[in-house]
Amino acid sequence: MRPELAKFKPLSIKDLPKVDWFAPGHRACQGCGTVLPLKLALKVLGPNTIAVSSTGCMEIISSPFPYTSWKVPWIHVAFENAASVASGIESALKALKKKGKLSKKEKINVVVFSGDGATFDIGLQFLSGALERGHNFIYICLDNEAYMNTGVQRSGGTPLFAHTTTSPAGKVIHGNITWKKNLDGIVIAHNIPYFATATPAYYMDYLNKVKKASLVEGPAFIHVYSPCPTGWGSKSEDTILLSRLIVETRLFPLFEVIDGKYYILNRKVDKPKSVEEYFKLQRRFRHLTKEEIELIQAKANEEYERLVKLCEIFAPPKEGN
Amino acid sequence: MGKRVAKEVSIAVADAVAQCRVDVISAYPITPQTHIVEHLAELVNNGELDAEYVPVESEHAALSVCIGASATGARTFTSTSSQGLLFMYENLFIASGLRLPIVMVIANRSISAPISIWNDHSDVMTMRDAGWIQTFAENGQEAVDLVYHAYKVAEKCLLPVAVNLDGFIVTHVVEPIEMAEQEVVDKYLPPLKMKYKLDPKKPVSMGAIGVPEIYTEAKKALDEALKASYKVVIQAWREFEKLTGRRYNPVESYHMEDAEVGMVIMGSLAETASNAVDELRAKGKKVGLVKIRLWRPFPMQDFLKAIGKVKALCVIDRAISHGATGGPVGIEVRSALYQSNKRPRLVNFIAGLSGRDVTKDDFKELFERTFEALSKKPKFSYEIYGAKE
Repeated sequence: MRPELAKFKPLSIKDLPKVDWFAPGHRACQGCGTVLPLKLALKVLGPNTIAVSSTGCMEIISSPFPYTSWKVPWIHVAFENAASVASGIESALKALKKKGKLSKKEKINVVVFSGDGATFDIGLQFLSGALERGHNFIYICLDNEAYMNTGVQRSGGTPLFAHTTTSPAGKVIHGNITWKKNLDGIVIAHNIPYFATATPAYYMDYLNKVKKASLVEGPAFIHVYSPCPTGWGSKSEDTILLSRLIVETRLFPLFEVIDGKYYILNRKVDKPKSVEEYFKLQRRFRHLTKEEIELIQAKANEEYERLVKLCEIFAPPKEGN
Repeated sequence: MGKRVAKEVSIAVADAVAQCRVDVISAYPITPQTHIVEHLAELVNNGELDAEYVPVESEHAALSVCIGASATGARTFTSTSSQGLLFMYENLFIASGLRLPIVMVIANRSISAPISIWNDHSDVMTMRDAGWIQTFAENGQEAVDLVYHAYKVAEKCLLPVAVNLDGFIVTHVVEPIEMAEQEVVDKYLPPLKMKYKLDPKKPVSMGAIGVPEIYTEAKKALDEALKASYKVVIQAWREFEKLTGRRYNPVESYHMEDAEVGMVIMGSLAETASNAVDELRAKGKKVGLVKIRLWRPFPMQDFLKAIGKVKALCVIDRAISHGATGGPVGIEVRSALYQSNKRPRLVNFIAGLSGRDVTKDDFKELFERTFEALSKKPKFSYEIYGAKE
C-alpha cells in the first residue's frame, strides 16, 4: 500500500470548512451534477490550490469576464490540453521550489477539472502523456456523458443507445451505437498512484477520494459521474437520485485502484436495482426496447462481477504486512 | 568580451537558453530542431542546468506545458519546426492572448504535403498573425544573440517571442560563435518577476471568456502591446550592444546608400545575396540589400528608411501564400510602400522552397530581372522562381 495513504483518516462532514472556494452566482443549470462535485472538491483541497479547466460547461459558467467564480488561482487554455497545462504548472512549482523562489514547505495542489469530451476523446493523448510522466496532480473528470456545452452531442463517454443530437434515436438507428469507452481501464493501465470513481450522491466517499488524491505523490485520477438534467432530459431534482441509482444498478460501481494493482470496491451491490428504473428518469433512454434494456443489464452485471473478482484477487495487503 | 569558439549553432543556441537560467523546458522532437532540445536535455541530466525538462508526447503539449509553467511564473523554453509548429497552432494564439513571455526557437522547415524536412519559411509564416514577436537570424551568432534578446523582450513586454533559424542551413552548421559571459547574461536578464501569475496568495483567473462586449478591447490591447514592443526590442538591442559590442537593428541594409535596385530578404539567404551584391557592385551595378531581422511587429519606418531611393525592389519570399497577391513578405512590403510616398517597381519572387539552393548566380539573375522591371513593368504579381516546367 502507498505510504501516503497508510495512515489515512477518513474525513467526516464536520471536517469540511463552511467556506467555498468556488463562489455562487455562476451560470450552471439547475440541478447540475457537474458543478456540485467541482465545488465540493475545492472544499477539501482548500485555498492552496491551482485549478485548470478544459474548455467546457464548467469553464463557461464560471468565467464570463469580468466575473469569476474561482477564489483559487485558475487557468483555462484550450479544450484538450488541461493535463499538459497542469504538467507545466507542476513543473514550474518544482523548479521554483528547487531554486528557492518558492518555499519548499508550500504544498500546492494542482487540480484539473475536465468533462468527458475533454478526457475520453480530444484530450486522451494529453492525459496519457501527463499520467505516464508522473506529474504530481489531480485530474477530476466530470463525466456527463456527452458534449453538453455545444448542445448534447455524443462523446466517447456516451452510453450505448443514449439519444444525443449526433446520435439521435432514429427509426433505423437507436441512438448511440457504441458502448461507453472504458476510460477507467485506460487510466488504470498507466499504473498511477491513485484512481477512483465517485458520484455526487455518495459525497463523503467522493470527498475522501479527493483527499486521498491530494495526499499521493504523483498523478491521481477521479472519474465522477455527473448528471446533466439539460442534456439527459431528467428532472433537476433527480440529480442525486440518479447518482445513487447508477451505483445501485451496477452501471457505475464505486471503486479505487492503487498503483494500478490494488483494487478496492467501495460499495457492494448484491441486489442490484433494474437499469430500467434508472433509464425511465431520463428522456435520452425513453426509446429503448426491452431487448436493449436487457442487453445493458447483462453487460452491467458482467462488468460488475468482473470488478468484484478483481477486488478479491488484487486486494491491498493488510496493514502491518 | 567572450571567446569565439567553433560550435554547432543548435548547441550554441541551447547553451544560450541555459545561460538565460530557464526554469522549465518542454519539447517534442522534430527534425531539424532536435539538436537544440537534445543538448538541453543533456545539460539538465548532467546537472549543468537547474531546470525541469518535460519530455512531452506532442508539440501541442509542449507549448501547453510552457503556457502552464509560464503562467505560474517560470521562465520557459520550447523549440520546434514545421508540422510541430502547425500542431501547436491554437496554443500560439492563446500564449499571446494570455500575455505569457514564452520563448520558442523555430528551426524553420517546409510543411507537408509533400512532406519535406528541408528549410524554408512556410512554417513560421502560418503564425505571422499570432501576436508573437518574431525575429529572424541570418547566422549562428545572431541566433545566439537573438535568444538572449528574446527573453529580455518577452519578459518586459509580456509577449511570447519566436526566434527563427533556417533549418540545417543555420541550425546544423559549425560556426565561430562568441557566447556572452554568464555575468553579462545575468546582468542583461534579471530574474523573471511576473505581476500576474497563478499564485494561491494572490489568486487570479486566466483564460476567461471574452464576451462580445470585451473581446474587441482584449484583442486591441494585445495589438497595441505588440506594436509597443518595438521600442523595447530596440532598447534591448542597445543594452546588448553596451554589454557585448554587438549591434543589431530591426532592418539592416547593405550598400543601399546609392542603390538603384534593392533586394529584400529574411534569414540566411541574405549571406549569399550579399556576395552577389559584392560582385555586381564590382561591375559598377548599383545594387543593395535590405535584411529584415524583426518581422513582427513589422518595422515599417525602419524598412522605408532602409530602402532609400531605390527605383526597383526585389522581394524574396521563402513561403507561398496560396491564392494571394504575393508571398507574405511581398504583401507586407507592398502594403508598407502604399503607406508612404515611395513607389519603386516591385517584383516578388518565391525562392528556396524546401531547401532548394539559391546560389549567388541565382541572385545575380534575380537582380537582372529586377533591372528589367525598371524599363518594363512586370506582368506578374509574384513568381515562383526556378520551378522546373
